[in-house]
Amino acid sequence: MLSIKNLHASIEGTPILRGINLEVKAGEVHAIMGPNGSGKSTLASVLAGREEYEVTDGKVLFQGKELLSLSPEDRARKGLFLAFQYPIEIPGVSTTNFLRTALNQVREHRGQEPLDAVKFLSLMKEKMALVEIDQKLLSRSLNEGFSGGEKKRNEIFQMAMLEPVLSILDETDSGLDIDALRIVSNGVNKLKSDKTATIVVTHYQRLLDYIIPDFVHVLYRGRIVKSGTKELALELEEKGYDWIKEEVDSTATI
Amino acid sequence: MSKDNQILENLTSKEYEHGWSVNYEADEAPLGLNEDIIRWISAKKEEPSWLLEWRLKAFKTWQAMKEPEWSNVNYRKMDLQALRYYSAPKQSKNPKNLKEVDPELIAIYERLGISLNEQKRLQGIAIDVVLDSVSVATTFKETLGKLGIIFCSFSEAVKEHPDLIKKYLGSVIPMTDNYYASLNAAVFSDGSFCYIPKGVRCPMELSTYFRINAANTGQFERTLIVADDSSYVSYLEGCTAPQRDENQLHAAVVEIYAGAHSEVKYSTVQNWFPGDKNGKGGIYNFVTKRGICAGDHSKISWTQVETGSAITWKYPSCILKGDYSIGEFYSVAVTNNYQQADTGTKMIHIGKNTKSRIVSKGISAGKSQNSYRGQVQVMKRAHNARNFSQCDSLLMGNQCGAHTFPYIDIANPSAKVEHEATTSKIGEDQIFYCNQRGIATEDAVALIVNGYAKEVLNQLPMEFAVEAQKLLALTLEGSVG
Repeated sequence: MLSIKNLHASIEGTPILRGINLEVKAGEVHAIMGPNGSGKSTLASVLAGREEYEVTDGKVLFQGKELLSLSPEDRARKGLFLAFQYPIEIPGVSTTNFLRTALNQVREHRGQEPLDAVKFLSLMKEKMALVEIDQKLLSRSLNEGFSGGEKKRNEIFQMAMLEPVLSILDETDSGLDIDALRIVSNGVNKLKSDKTATIVVTHYQRLLDYIIPDFVHVLYRGRIVKSGTKELALELEEKGYDWIKEEVDSTATI
Repeated sequence: MSKDNQILENLTSKEYEHGWSVNYEADEAPLGLNEDIIRWISAKKEEPSWLLEWRLKAFKTWQAMKEPEWSNVNYRKMDLQALRYYSAPKQSKNPKNLKEVDPELIAIYERLGISLNEQKRLQGIAIDVVLDSVSVATTFKETLGKLGIIFCSFSEAVKEHPDLIKKYLGSVIPMTDNYYASLNAAVFSDGSFCYIPKGVRCPMELSTYFRINAANTGQFERTLIVADDSSYVSYLEGCTAPQRDENQLHAAVVEIYAGAHSEVKYSTVQNWFPGDKNGKGGIYNFVTKRGICAGDHSKISWTQVETGSAITWKYPSCILKGDYSIGEFYSVAVTNNYQQADTGTKMIHIGKNTKSRIVSKGISAGKSQNSYRGQVQVMKRAHNARNFSQCDSLLMGNQCGAHTFPYIDIANPSAKVEHEATTSKIGEDQIFYCNQRGIATEDAVALIVNGYAKEVLNQLPMEFAVEAQKLLALTLEGSVG
């Protein structure tokens, strides 16, 4: 589904990603871990098409097609979803209104009729249950005055509504208490299928108790320096990142 | 190209959709401005002598006045002698009803999306249409007449209801008020008049649609709304003009009188030609609008969505004379390219326990300048006056300007006046967030702008709120609709 080859990206001339290689297949959950500043969030942003980052080398195929030349909205319409680490506030625009605009543009791209208000509301009701979100929250201005937990839940709710093929969760666990973490993870798990894939970007192992990854990758200095199964995450939890840093730094040529 | 630049690029490619004009045989005054022209207009309209005297007095006053220069706009002054002060489509003498109106004129309005066919109107809206200098048609006169509501052209009102006109004309905005209002008083050619009798709630929206067609012609119309005690009316004004290279002048006057326990809601969706993307042409919109809450417990509410004009100079105001009276001002002013807007309101608290509320949302893009200018004045005997003002500015790109000039003048210690102001930019973050959910950049901008202006748009009658939303999107998004 997603094939990243030798991806290099920089921001304002500073290289952040320095040769990422990653294969994600349908039905899989991949966790990307790593110390602060290793490039985890950059990877998520580059895949979603954020303009501040310049891709200097490499190739990304999404469902067999070149991804990097697409606009952010076209990537989204083709089924790539990013749950933001810091969801953005849009005053005066309700989540409902926002999502209806989004969903209908996505549907138009897929050659489907726009949903009328009644059908849209019933779809919303169905998906609201997944993340235990209150309808009142959805009629408020998008993310404005939301608590940390409400913002993240709202992200997963949007994901449920847009039914993406590939979901990238960027530090979705940050700022969540244990109950919110459980609710958000449950939502993600329910949305999993053998046709979709998930990339979970996280600093801590904690989230991976709820969303069980098939593969764990450690990102350091812009490269994936170690890959393994969920046992790797437990090892990291126990030992921290220093041993990996040392391993890499001692053999580093740069 | 960064997102901001892309948006700006789209902005500047925007086309004005009402820029066409038609040719019709016109009845015109000679060019220029002098006493003879004023006599000519007055004679043309078969006016009583008191009105001619009134005009001439206004003209004398005006001659001693200077064009105001305090506003935050820059423009080349217009040569008022090079203008025409009267231009009317030739019609088979004064049509008595819609059937007698020239079908060609009706076609102009059909093209603007305004049906004058009473059967065709879905919603109850009575409309008076003003083309260049004259009112060409008024709909639903009979329906309204049954309730005692008078809704007609100003000229007709002068003939049919001289007592009312004599009593209220200039009672809120004296002919000596300011440069443009005095000019208007001298040369005004037509407009709308509306009277709601005691205790009557007007069952439909009343509306005036202004269209300038002729070249080199100024439009000077007056609207006078009188709401007698315990009545209610909601009034809407719309306007467009052809795309012309030279600037055109629109200097209107709107007076509102609200009796005890009455309520008047006045909404404007202003879409005059704003000039091209290089700042050439466009309407100079120098308008004086003022209402008086004369009776206790009366209320006047102004809502405006300003998207057009090269220059906007306009301050719809409320004189809160009656005790417990309420004044409101809700405004969205959008400027793009080289447009300049200096707009706001005045709330004059005279009566006890009077309240006012000001919500102003400025949106600047391109190389435009957008200023809010507002005055809150609390007079000595206005005990317990309350005001709340919210002035927000939204900037798009880095070549435009937003300015706020609040004046607060309080002579009574019991007054409570609050002023809040914010300035923000449409963030790339916000646009990216929308993009990431599949929303195209143009639609993202429209969504964000409409969200920002929502509090004001909510004040508009339903049908026009939708229109205004579309207009905002169109003004800011270019040809991508």
